[in-house]
Amino acid sequence: MSLIIGAFTMGLILSLLSLGMFISFRMIRFTDITVDGSITLGASISAVMIVQGYSPWLAVSVSILGGALAGAITGILYTRFKIQEILSGILMMTALYSINLRVMGKSNIPLLDVTTISTGMEGILAKMTGSASKVDILGWQVPVGDLAVFATSGIIAILIACILCAFLFTHAGTALRAAGSNPQMVRAQGVNNKTMIVFGLSMANGLVALAGSLLAQYQGFADVQMGIGMMVWGLASIIIGEALVGKTSIGLTLTGVILGTILFRLLIAIALRWGLNPNDLKLVTALFVFAALVAPAWIGKMSKKVKGGFLHAES
Amino acid sequence: MLKVESISKTFHANTVNEVRALHDVCLTIEDGSFTGIIGTNGSGKSTLLNAVAGTFMPDAGSIHLAGHNITGWPEYKRASLVGRVFQDPFAGTAPDMSIAENVAIAMKRGQHRSLQFAVTRTFRDDVADRVRTLKMGLEDRLDNPIGTLSGGQRQALTLLMATWTRPKLLLLDEHTAALDPKSAAKVAELTKIIIEREKLTALMVTHSMQQAVELPDRIIMMHRGTIVEDYQQERKQRVRVPDLMATFDRVQKRELFDESVAGMLEVQYC
Repeated sequence: MSLIIGAFTMGLILSLLSLGMFISFRMIRFTDITVDGSITLGASISAVMIVQGYSPWLAVSVSILGGALAGAITGILYTRFKIQEILSGILMMTALYSINLRVMGKSNIPLLDVTTISTGMEGILAKMTGSASKVDILGWQVPVGDLAVFATSGIIAILIACILCAFLFTHAGTALRAAGSNPQMVRAQGVNNKTMIVFGLSMANGLVALAGSLLAQYQGFADVQMGIGMMVWGLASIIIGEALVGKTSIGLTLTGVILGTILFRLLIAIALRWGLNPNDLKLVTALFVFAALVAPAWIGKMSKKVKGGFLHAES
Repeated sequence: MLKVESISKTFHANTVNEVRALHDVCLTIEDGSFTGIIGTNGSGKSTLLNAVAGTFMPDAGSIHLAGHNITGWPEYKRASLVGRVFQDPFAGTAPDMSIAENVAIAMKRGQHRSLQFAVTRTFRDDVADRVRTLKMGLEDRLDNPIGTLSGGQRQALTLLMATWTRPKLLLLDEHTAALDPKSAAKVAELTKIIIEREKLTALMVTHSMQQAVELPDRIIMMHRGTIVEDYQQERKQRVRVPDLMATFDRVQKRELFDESVAGMLEVQYC
């Protein structure tokens, strides 16, 4: 049970990463690699501030701002200095590696016995359960601490998804979506599509940094290496989510992205349980994303071939 | 009023691919007039339109529109004054977004975009009313992605969007050229109706002589980046397709002659 709660919590936290990447990859259609750096930036800012005794909520807010700034810089590299989108992301990601080391002062900061954003929730749960250290859920004993993190990240993820969904239907949000869908059209309608790219990337990386901040608080440390491969994980989650619910409406897709991330974490937890070497995890994820990207076109070609052969036989 | 003053544009300057697309073009368009631009391929007619739309910055000259000097304005800023319909019927709308959302984007053309919901119930009714005037049955499909519509339907919607808030100038860039004949006729008819009803100032590039004779009230003929003919008022009333064709032939013959003479002189003197 703690395995499942853990996978769910991890999935909820990382769904913020996926939601952020949904903005950059799906709404403004920008292949943003800044993600690997900005998730670590969120984690490192939060770790340093929490260790120094600042309120965890303040730490989370500063992390979001840090991520938003990083995303904006990637956007400016692309729009103002006309650097290719992938390279803009790589430049920012590389720069962030050093920045993260500077922020933390060392490569790893442990966060043990500190106040995190789930501490408040823990208090509430403790009151409800009469200060028991474990709660009985469907016959399993779940530590109150784990439950508190789960509840806190769940509330944050759902809240952010609702705000994001509402935003995408406002005048500003529709302009953002159109900027990704048809840049020529939005310019003709008086929207500076470059501003929209910078704004979108800033929003996306702000969310990614929020995920990093929560991740550090949940796993109890921030590490300068923790961001490696996060972009591919996020992408895998988005692909699973879209496969689950389709792309018919924004609200549905956002729900799908959250569910997809959770499902992805569950699959990983199960795979690890069955004896998958953790070192192979990123290879497996990369292969999965490769398959998900190639399969639709491949299946289409196959079905055409089958159809073509049938017609040929008929004539 | 649109006032284009001696603008020039050379693409790929100082290379073998150098193209003098516009050469010292002057053009004044009065408020409420509908002007058509015709010319051969590469005559600079679309380039002139794009210069006004702000797709590129001219090398020289100035453009004034409705009392503003818009020469240095970027494309998106000019959109506050200019409505546009493109040749590509897919260029003017965002395919993944619904009809209502596309119109909502157009409604805010050149204005501040707030954090209020874009498609409200009253706005939706408003869209349905005006989409009904297109007589395409689209008023029942307002929530469908615009990408599911045909080219003609999308072009009609783009026209509606370009004129949703009254533009100081409407730019039409061969907007019926990529449509099937039936849709092209329909969109041309809508163009005439909307421009007359809203008393718009419009500039239309067309490759169709027939359209140039039927729709606008002034015809400009371009060749090699300059304006070579300007049919206005009574002259425009009288002009017919064969007259335009004859003028084309004359302009092209004159040029052939010029080039062959230049060739002869080159052999003799160089």
